[in-house]
Amino acid sequence: MNEILQGMARAAWLVVTLDADLVEIALRSLQVTLTAVAIASAIGLPLGALLAVSRFRHRRAAIATLNALMGLPPVVVGLVVYLLLSRSGPFGVFGLLFTPTAMIVAQVMLLTPLIASIAHQAMRDLWADYHDLLISLNASRAQRIRALIWDGRRALLTAALAGFGRGIGEVGAIMIVGGNIDHSTRVLTTAIALETAKGDFALALGLGFVLIALALAVNFAIHGLARTEAGSRW
Amino acid sequence: MVAILPLRLEGAEVCRKGKRLLGPVDLTLSPRGFTAVMGPNGAGKTTLLRLMHGLERPSAGRIAWLVPEQKARAAQAFVFQTPVVLRRSVLDNVAYPLRLHGWARDAARALAADWLARVGLADAADRPATVLSGGERQKLALARALIRAPQILFLDEPCANLDGRSMREIEAILSAAHRDGTRIVMATHDLGQARRLAGEVLFLYRGRIHEAGPAAEFLAAPQTAEARAFIGGEIVE
Amino acid sequence: MRVMRGVLALVMVLLAGTAMAADRMRMAVTTSFENSGLAEVMLPEVLKDLDLEVQLLVVGTGQAIRLGEAGDVDAVLVHSRPAEEAFVANGHARHRTQIMYNDFVLIGPAGDPAGIAGAGSAAAAMSDIAAAGAPFVSRGDESGTHKAELALWQAAGIDAAARNPSWYRAAGAGMGATLNVASGMAAYVLADRASWLNFANKGDLALLFAGDPAMFNQYAYLPVNPALHPHVNAAAAEALEAWLLSDRAQALIDGYRLNGEQLFTYNAGAD
Repeated sequence: MNEILQGMARAAWLVVTLDADLVEIALRSLQVTLTAVAIASAIGLPLGALLAVSRFRHRRAAIATLNALMGLPPVVVGLVVYLLLSRSGPFGVFGLLFTPTAMIVAQVMLLTPLIASIAHQAMRDLWADYHDLLISLNASRAQRIRALIWDGRRALLTAALAGFGRGIGEVGAIMIVGGNIDHSTRVLTTAIALETAKGDFALALGLGFVLIALALAVNFAIHGLARTEAGSRW
Repeated sequence: MVAILPLRLEGAEVCRKGKRLLGPVDLTLSPRGFTAVMGPNGAGKTTLLRLMHGLERPSAGRIAWLVPEQKARAAQAFVFQTPVVLRRSVLDNVAYPLRLHGWARDAARALAADWLARVGLADAADRPATVLSGGERQKLALARALIRAPQILFLDEPCANLDGRSMREIEAILSAAHRDGTRIVMATHDLGQARRLAGEVLFLYRGRIHEAGPAAEFLAAPQTAEARAFIGGEIVE
Repeated sequence: MRVMRGVLALVMVLLAGTAMAADRMRMAVTTSFENSGLAEVMLPEVLKDLDLEVQLLVVGTGQAIRLGEAGDVDAVLVHSRPAEEAFVANGHARHRTQIMYNDFVLIGPAGDPAGIAGAGSAAAAMSDIAAAGAPFVSRGDESGTHKAELALWQAAGIDAAARNPSWYRAAGAGMGATLNVASGMAAYVLADRASWLNFANKGDLALLFAGDPAMFNQYAYLPVNPALHPHVNAAAAEALEAWLLSDRAQALIDGYRLNGEQLFTYNAGAD
C-alpha cells in the first residue's frame, strides 16, 4: 500500500515538474502508438467494411483468421519483426532495427487485425441493418462501403481507440524491436519494465500512473472531438 | 422518363432450402392503380413484394418490366415493414437516394426539406433519425421512397405497429402519391385499410394467388372459402 | 475527405518525427553494466571527446552476442569469456579487448540461515547453501552472471542434478527481476556488485559474501567485424575502443564510486 502511495506521489511530482525525460518518453509513446494506430486504421477499417459487405469463397475462414490474429502475442510479433529487420534478416539493409520506425512496424502488425476485426463486427451489424435498403436504393458497392463507414464512424472510432489502448500499453514487441535505448527508443512501458527490474517500484508505478493518465486523456480528447463534430452535424 | 410498367410475372417461383415459399405466380401489374396484397401470415406477401422489387431472385419463371431490369430498378421504391433508418440526420436520410444518384448536397437537402414538410417531419429535420418514433420513422421512409418520384412504390405492411394517428397520416400521404400517379402495391393485414385505399386486391394463400379482383367486390363477397374465412376473421392456415 | 487529409497530415508529421540524429553507434551491453550507472558517467564524456553518441542496448550476454553476430550492433561489451572467445573465433570480431572487472557478490537473507558469511571461499559458500537446502534464485537466462554462478557451483562440486528444484529456483530473468524474486522469497542469489548497490528493493536481503578472486567479473570490448557486416560503424567502434584504452577512461572507471564504493577496476590490455 505504502509503495502505491509513493508511486502516486512520484507520478504527481514527475508531472508537476514536467520532468524532461518523462515528457520525452511520453511524447515518444504517443508518437509511436498514434502513428501505428493511424496506419493500422487506414488498413483495418476499410478491410473490416469490405469483409462485411463482400461475399467470397473463403470469407468465413478469412474472418476466423482475422479474429484469431486479434490475440497475436506481442512477444512473438516482436521477435518476427526483429528477425525481419535484423541486419542478417531480409529487410536488414534498411537499418530499421532499434528505431521508432521498427516499433511502429511491430505495432501496426499487432493492431491491424484487432482494428479490422472490431470494425468488421460493427460493420456487419450495421450492414444487416442497411442491407435491404441499400440494395433497394440500388447503391453500388463503393457507395455501400462509404455509407457504412460514414454512418458507422462512431463504432470505427471505438475500434481505433481499442487499437490505441492495446498499443500504448504494449511492451513485449516494442522492447524487442526498439531495444529500450535511452533518448532513442525508450517509451513509457519499456521504462516501466526497466525501473521494475531495477527494483525502483515507486518510479515504475509513477510512470505507470502517467501512462494510464495519458491513455485516459487521449480517449477523452477523441471522444470530445467526436461529439463536437456530431453536434455540428446533427 | 421511360415507362417501366406494366410488370409481368410468368410462372415466377421463390424457393429456399428446397422449400417453395412462393409461386408459381402469373400476374400483370398495370401502370396505374392501388393494389392491396392480402392473405394470412406466411402466405408469401412479403416474398411476392421482394420478388417484384428485385430483392429476391426467382428460382423459376420470369419477371419482366417494360425496360431492362437495371433501368427499372431506378424507378421503383420499397418501404419495409420495419423502416430502415440510416444513422444520420432525418434530412440526410431523405436526401440520401438523391445523393446516390449524383445530386449535389445542397440541392438534395432542399428537396428533402420539401418532402419532410409534406410528411409533417419538418421540425425533426436536424434530429438524428434513430431517435424518431415508429410512426415518424415510417413517414421518413415514405418521404425517402417518394423523393425520386418512383413509378411504382411497394409497401410491406407499413402500418403494422402504428397508432391510429400515424396510420391516418401515412394513408393520407399514400392517397396523395396515388393521386399523383404513383403505382402502389401494398401488403396489408388490415381489412379497413384495404377498403379505404385499395382499388384491387390480390389474395395470397400458400404462396399462390388464390383470388384477385376489385377491392370492393373482394371485401364484400369473396369467392373462395379461404378468403371468406380470412375476411370473416377466422384463423386461416 | 477532410478527415482523410487530416489523418494523412498527422501520419506525415509523426513519421517525420522518427528521423534520427547523425553520428552514432550502437553497443550491446549487459544489464549489470547498465545497472552500475557507469554508462551515465562515461557516455556523456564520449560524446564530448569523440562527438559520438553511443546508444546502449541493455540485454543479457547471450542476446548481446546474438546482436553482434547478426550485425545489429557495432560493438559488444560483455563479461563471459568463453562466449567472447567463440565470438572472435567465428570471425564476428577481429579481437577481444579486456577493459575492466568488477566482482560478483553473494546476497542472502540477513539472518544467513546457511551460514555463508564466514565461508573460506566462494565454493565453500555455495556448498553451505546446498547443504542447508536454503532457497537460491538463479538468473537462469544464460547471461554472464548466470554462467559465473554455474562455474561456482561446479567449483563446489555440486552438479545440476544435485541442485534440487525444492530450493534451487531458476528465474529466467534479468538481474533486477531476479533480485526482486530473491527479495520476495528471502533467498540467496549471486549478483554483480553494481546491480546490488543500485537495487532499491533490498528488503531483508544483505551482502553476505564477497572478495574471492573466483568471483571477479572481467568485461571485454568486442568491435563487430566490418568484413562480415559492411554496414557497421567500424570507425566509431574503433574510436571508442581507443578511448576506452586511454588514461582518461582509466581515471573515470577507477574513480567511479557508487554509495562510496569503488565498483570497477581498470585492467585494459593486461590480458
